[in-house]
Amino acid sequence: MTSTSSTGGTDAGQAPADQVDAAPPTSNGAPGASRWREVALEIATGSAGVTVLAIVLALLFGGVLIAAADPAVQSAAGYFFARPLDLFSAVWQAVSQAYAALFSGAVYDVQAESFARGIKSLTETLTVATPLILAGLGLGIGFRSSLFNIGAQGQVVLGAVFAGYIGFAFNLPAPLHLLLAVLGGAIGGGLWASIAGVLKARTGANEVIVTIMLNNIAVYLIAYLLSLHAWQRPGSNNPQSPALHGSAMFPLLAGERYRLHAGFLLAIVACVVVWWLMERSTLGFQFRAVGANPEAARTAGISVERVTVWVMLVAGMLAGLAGAAQILGTEGGSGLTGGIAGTVGIDAITVALLGRSKPLGIFFSGLLFGALRAGGVVMQARTGTPIDLVLVVQSLIVLFIAAPPLVRAVFRLPAPGSRKAAVDVPAALTAKEVRA
Amino acid sequence: MRQTHTGDAGTDRPGDQQQETCVKNFIRVVALGGTAALALAACGSAPSATPSSSASGGNSSYKACMVSDAGGFDDKSFNQSGYEGLQKAGTDLGIQVKTVESKQESDYTPNVESMISEKCDLIIGVGFLLEPAIHKAAQANPDVKFALVDSSFQDADYKPVTIENAKPILFDTAQAAYLAGYLAAGVSKTGTIGTFGGMQIPSVTIFMDGLADGVAKYNEDNGKSVKVLGWDKAAQTGSFTGTFDDQSTGQTQGKALLDQGADIVMPVAGPVGLGTVAAIKSANNGSMLIGVDSDWAVSNPDSASITLTSVIKEIGQAVYDTVKVSSEGSFSSDPYVGTLKNGGVGLAPFHDLASSVPSDLSTKVDSLKKDIIDGKITVTSPSTPK
Repeated sequence: MTSTSSTGGTDAGQAPADQVDAAPPTSNGAPGASRWREVALEIATGSAGVTVLAIVLALLFGGVLIAAADPAVQSAAGYFFARPLDLFSAVWQAVSQAYAALFSGAVYDVQAESFARGIKSLTETLTVATPLILAGLGLGIGFRSSLFNIGAQGQVVLGAVFAGYIGFAFNLPAPLHLLLAVLGGAIGGGLWASIAGVLKARTGANEVIVTIMLNNIAVYLIAYLLSLHAWQRPGSNNPQSPALHGSAMFPLLAGERYRLHAGFLLAIVACVVVWWLMERSTLGFQFRAVGANPEAARTAGISVERVTVWVMLVAGMLAGLAGAAQILGTEGGSGLTGGIAGTVGIDAITVALLGRSKPLGIFFSGLLFGALRAGGVVMQARTGTPIDLVLVVQSLIVLFIAAPPLVRAVFRLPAPGSRKAAVDVPAALTAKEVRA
Repeated sequence: MRQTHTGDAGTDRPGDQQQETCVKNFIRVVALGGTAALALAACGSAPSATPSSSASGGNSSYKACMVSDAGGFDDKSFNQSGYEGLQKAGTDLGIQVKTVESKQESDYTPNVESMISEKCDLIIGVGFLLEPAIHKAAQANPDVKFALVDSSFQDADYKPVTIENAKPILFDTAQAAYLAGYLAAGVSKTGTIGTFGGMQIPSVTIFMDGLADGVAKYNEDNGKSVKVLGWDKAAQTGSFTGTFDDQSTGQTQGKALLDQGADIVMPVAGPVGLGTVAAIKSANNGSMLIGVDSDWAVSNPDSASITLTSVIKEIGQAVYDTVKVSSEGSFSSDPYVGTLKNGGVGLAPFHDLASSVPSDLSTKVDSLKKDIIDGKITVTSPSTPK
């Protein structure tokens, strides 16, 4: 996604009117003003620039939806011609308040009476991001090894089951208990994913189908386990395990007031480890080689089957850690329930794709998702924006970030490296549409 | 627009520009049309006074709030009943109400927290899954009042515990289901009653326990042997769909029970039961349905022609009463338990199918109801609220 500076040369005949006058003929010897334009374009068309523009675009679209769903706006629109200003002020009110609430929930609550209460939002964002980052890292490894692993959901569930069982059934001293529970989570997720890995390696079974089915099995497995008395709270028939022992819990990072726990540190460490694994280790090299071209990798003496199993094992372990982070940290030890995994495994797919499957990218896209989740809660509570709309705004942001060409088309930016192509494509498309 | 297209679009620049203009014009026309349509809808007259922005608010500063479980407030089941009770309280009592929906279990704690930030006076959680979230919040915020639908509070040893500022709202649904079971056993022609649940959780199985006991009582009184399919009270095992939202599973389960000879079916699975309505209607052999939670003959008019009766759980009323009492300053942490006696649970009228209920049977059901209210008969279930 890096833009090369040596390919100037906008075709003035095709550029939109507002670009024509400033278009430099070539990059060498361009006048000062044009050079700034070059730089600005480069920033805008670069990966980070497109991401920022995508967020802006999504917020604009989301604003339209928020305004449309707002009762005050709807009633003001009914008498638009009698008093048009009412509509604009109602729209401004609805949208600005909704986004202020989103910010308040995600970063810092400006309405809070104390700093300690206000900064809670940021800790929530980090807390919610933790499992998304961990599971996203696992999926990212798979995607880079051309294994489309959809099974993070099931692997998160199994991680939570193993970690949770160790957490409530055993009685061990503090650091050992936590270590064992975290390890159990990784093993649980790893084993579950390896089923798909082994089936793929041995029989060529499609990993997409197998992992989706394993997700379903995991959901019913946890429901079955929680119907057993050994897994329920004594004296209760509810499908909810006993509370976890304090010794198995991740220590809180910022005190009792906040949910932020050491699982977040684990996620950071996991980012570094995955980076090292993929970029510096022999195993990671084999992963990438298989991802780039399995036939070539096989010819080079790499066992594709072995790599497949390894990739799934590592991916599953990371997803299992996400499950462990949920049950040993975020949920505060209240025990295992059927919905412990939430939609972590599904959201993590988006997080991984959004982060371009690279550890740093996944870290930041996980944070973005966490911020949207945490902010959405306050947005719903404070402004009454329906939660479905909150999810739509979140999805819009992802949609725009995931489709850089769309963003470039909207802002009329040339594609990095080839501006001519960027202008050509919409023109060709338009022509096609008109002809049809 | 075809005439503007001259030559190959890929190379012919003037043609492209012409097309572009044409497209722009087209967009303008569409936009104009849209604006005109909007304008027609925007010709209303402005309200004379500045509209008050407190649509949900009233004259009181009391703020009652509610957090749904993952089912959402549109679940046609207990979240919705609770929501309606709260909205009614807001309108009738002129207090402020605020609601947040949870989409998944990890939303519970943040949602309850957000309601505390919104300075709610009373926060009601719907569903036993919110117990940990409400429990912790109640202990951390002694100034705020809490209520929890369908669960009591437990301490670390899982003994029921009283929290000063938190009220459990519970329902002894088995009492009403007992009457439904007795009634169904008397009405059934095949001598087989079917039931299934959404998930094996106490708030569901308590319906099935009551039904089974009612049928057993009928058999004992009349020397009959009416069977119950789909639930074994002694073993506490039976049929479950595993979901509260996939109606097709309700259809499959309903059809399976009909095929095994049941002619009255009680689906205890919220909206999934609507699938059973479809199954019974397509069987079209005089089979009937027992609704749950609300009076289905009223809430689902589609099913009125086959609904014998419904086992009603007045969550809305319980929520309303709790809000009312709390807003008047007399909150108490004593659990509310809905029974036949206080009207928190009940049996719906027979509506369209009243003719299929013999009068002596209906009299007998009434006397049983009286006996339960007077305590002469005790309906027990492992899931009875303690």
